[in-house]
Amino acid sequence: MTLIQAVFILFAILTLGAGLFTVLSRHLFHAVLYLILSLVGVAGLFVLLEAEFLAGVQVLIYIGAISILIIFAVMLTRGMARNPGPPLNNQSLAAAVIAGLFFVLLAPVIAGFPWPQVTQGVPADAIEALGRSLVDPNQFALPFELASVMILAALIGAIFIAREKR
Amino acid sequence: MAQIYDFIYNLLPYLGAWLRGLLQSWGLPEDAIFLIIGLIKAFLLANFGLIGFAILTYVERKIIARFQDRLGPNMAGPYGILQPVADGIKLLTKEDTMPAGADRWVYNLAPLIIATCALAPLIVIPFGPGAVGTDLNIGVLYALAVGAGALVGVLMAGWGSNNKYALLGAFRAVAQLISYEIPAVLSVVVVVMVAGTMSTVGIVLAQDVPYLFVLPLAALVFLISGVAEVGRTPFDLLEAESEIVAGFHIEYSGMKFALVFLGEFIHALVVSALFAVLFLGGWRGPWLPPYLWTLIKMSIGIFMFFWLRATLPRIRIDQMLNLNWKFLTPLMILNLIGVALVDKGLRAAGATGGLWAAGMFAFNMAMLIGALAIPGYLGHRARMAAMASASGEEPEALEAVGAH
Repeated sequence: MTLIQAVFILFAILTLGAGLFTVLSRHLFHAVLYLILSLVGVAGLFVLLEAEFLAGVQVLIYIGAISILIIFAVMLTRGMARNPGPPLNNQSLAAAVIAGLFFVLLAPVIAGFPWPQVTQGVPADAIEALGRSLVDPNQFALPFELASVMILAALIGAIFIAREKR
Repeated sequence: MAQIYDFIYNLLPYLGAWLRGLLQSWGLPEDAIFLIIGLIKAFLLANFGLIGFAILTYVERKIIARFQDRLGPNMAGPYGILQPVADGIKLLTKEDTMPAGADRWVYNLAPLIIATCALAPLIVIPFGPGAVGTDLNIGVLYALAVGAGALVGVLMAGWGSNNKYALLGAFRAVAQLISYEIPAVLSVVVVVMVAGTMSTVGIVLAQDVPYLFVLPLAALVFLISGVAEVGRTPFDLLEAESEIVAGFHIEYSGMKFALVFLGEFIHALVVSALFAVLFLGGWRGPWLPPYLWTLIKMSIGIFMFFWLRATLPRIRIDQMLNLNWKFLTPLMILNLIGVALVDKGLRAAGATGGLWAAGMFAFNMAMLIGALAIPGYLGHRARMAAMASASGEEPEALEAVGAH
C-alpha cells in the first residue's frame, strides 16, 4: 500500500464516518458539525486528486457558506435545544437488511465497470484550462451561462418571496 | 561590504540553501528533506503568527494610548515592553471555567478551530523570492477559503456556550463576516484577473507598478471589508460591550479566551499581509531586503486598523448591512466588469507599462469619485426634502444615507 492509498483511506473513512454520524447524531447541531467534517473530507479527496481549485471552492462555498446557512436554518427550528430521542426507530433492522441486499445487487456492477484510468498526471496549468473551457463556446460556455441564469432566477425569486407586502 | 549587504539581502534563501545542503550531507532521502523543511517552515510561520500576536497586543495598546493622550502600558520592563509576557502569565493562572449546560466538545473545540483557521493562511504569504511557506497555485483562494473556516468556529463558540449574548454575538459575527466576504472576494478577483494568476508569488511578480496605483478602488474596498472581517472598529458591533457584553467569546476564560483573541489578532495580521501582497507589491522595493519590505508593508495595514479604531465610532447593524449590500457589492461588481473591459481595451490599443497603469488608475479614480458623488448627491437631495417636509417622523431616507 502506497502513501497515497493510505491517505485516501484516511480521508474516505473521515468522509463516510462523519456522514454516518450526521444521520445518527441525536442533536441537530451536532449533525451539522459532522456534515461539515464530512465536507472537509471531500475537500481532502479533491486535494489528493490534485484538483486544488475544486478543494478551495469546496471549502469556501460548502463550509464557508452553505453549512453556515444550514446552521442558521437549524437554529431557527423549534425544539432545537431539546433532545429529540434516538434517531433510529424500530424499523432500522429491516432498513439495514434491505440496504445490504441492494448493495449485494450493486456490487457486481461496480466491480465489473470499466473505470477510466488516467495515466499521466494533472497538467500544471489545470486552472487555466478549466477557466478557458468555461468560456469556450465549443465546450462548457452554454451550461455555465445557463447555471448563471438559474442562480439569477433563484436570487430574484428569493427577493420576491422575502419582500414585505405593501 | 558588498558581500555583507548581499548576505543580509538574501538571508532567507541562503538559510534555506544551507539547511538543504546540511540535510543532504547527512545522506537523507529527498522525501525526508522535503518533510523536514516543510515542518521547519510550519514551525517558523506559526511562531511568526504567535510572536506577532504578542507584539501586536503591546503595539496596539501603545498606539491607542498615544492617540488618546495617555501613556499606555509602562510598568512591566522598559517602556512596558514585557506587558505581553505579564498578560500571558496572568491568563495562564486564571481558572479554566466552563458554563453549566455548555456543550462540552463544541465549547472546547471552538477556540482551537478559530486559532487554527487564523494561522493557516500564513503559509501562502511570501516574505521574499523563494521565501514562502508553499507557493500554491490557488494561493489567494486558499487564504480566503481557510479564513472562512473560522466562521464555523465562531458559531460553535456562540452556540456551545449556552449563553444568549454569546449566541447573539455569534449571529452578528457570522452575518457580518459572510456579507463582507463578498466584496473582499470580488476585489481579490479583480486583482487575480489583472495579474493572471492566483498564486501569491505570481501576483507579487506581476506588480511592476503596485496595484494600489492600478486598482485603487479594489484596494479601498478590500481594506474596508478586511476591517469588517477582522471585526475591528468601526465594525466591532459583534462584540459591542454595551449591547451584548462581549459577543461570542463571553464565556471563555484563561487560555481559551487567549486563543480566541489570538485568532482575531492573527486574522488582522493575515488581512494586512494579504493587502501588502495584493496591492502594495509584496516584498518588492528598493535597497532594503525583501523580508523587511514585507514586514514594513504589513505594518502599514496594521497601523491603518489601529488608526481607524482610535478615530471612528461604532456603526449600527443596519448601516453595516446597507453599506455592504447596497454600496460595496454592486460597486465591486461594476468595477469587475469595468476593469475587465478597460484592461482588454488598453492592451488591444497597445498600452503597456506606465501608460497601461495610468489608464487603469484614471478609470478607477473616475469610478471611485462617481461612486462617492452619486450617493452623496442623492443623500443631499433626500436630506433637503426631509428638512423641507419637516415632519416629526425620521425619514427612512436619512438612515439609508447614513450608511454612505
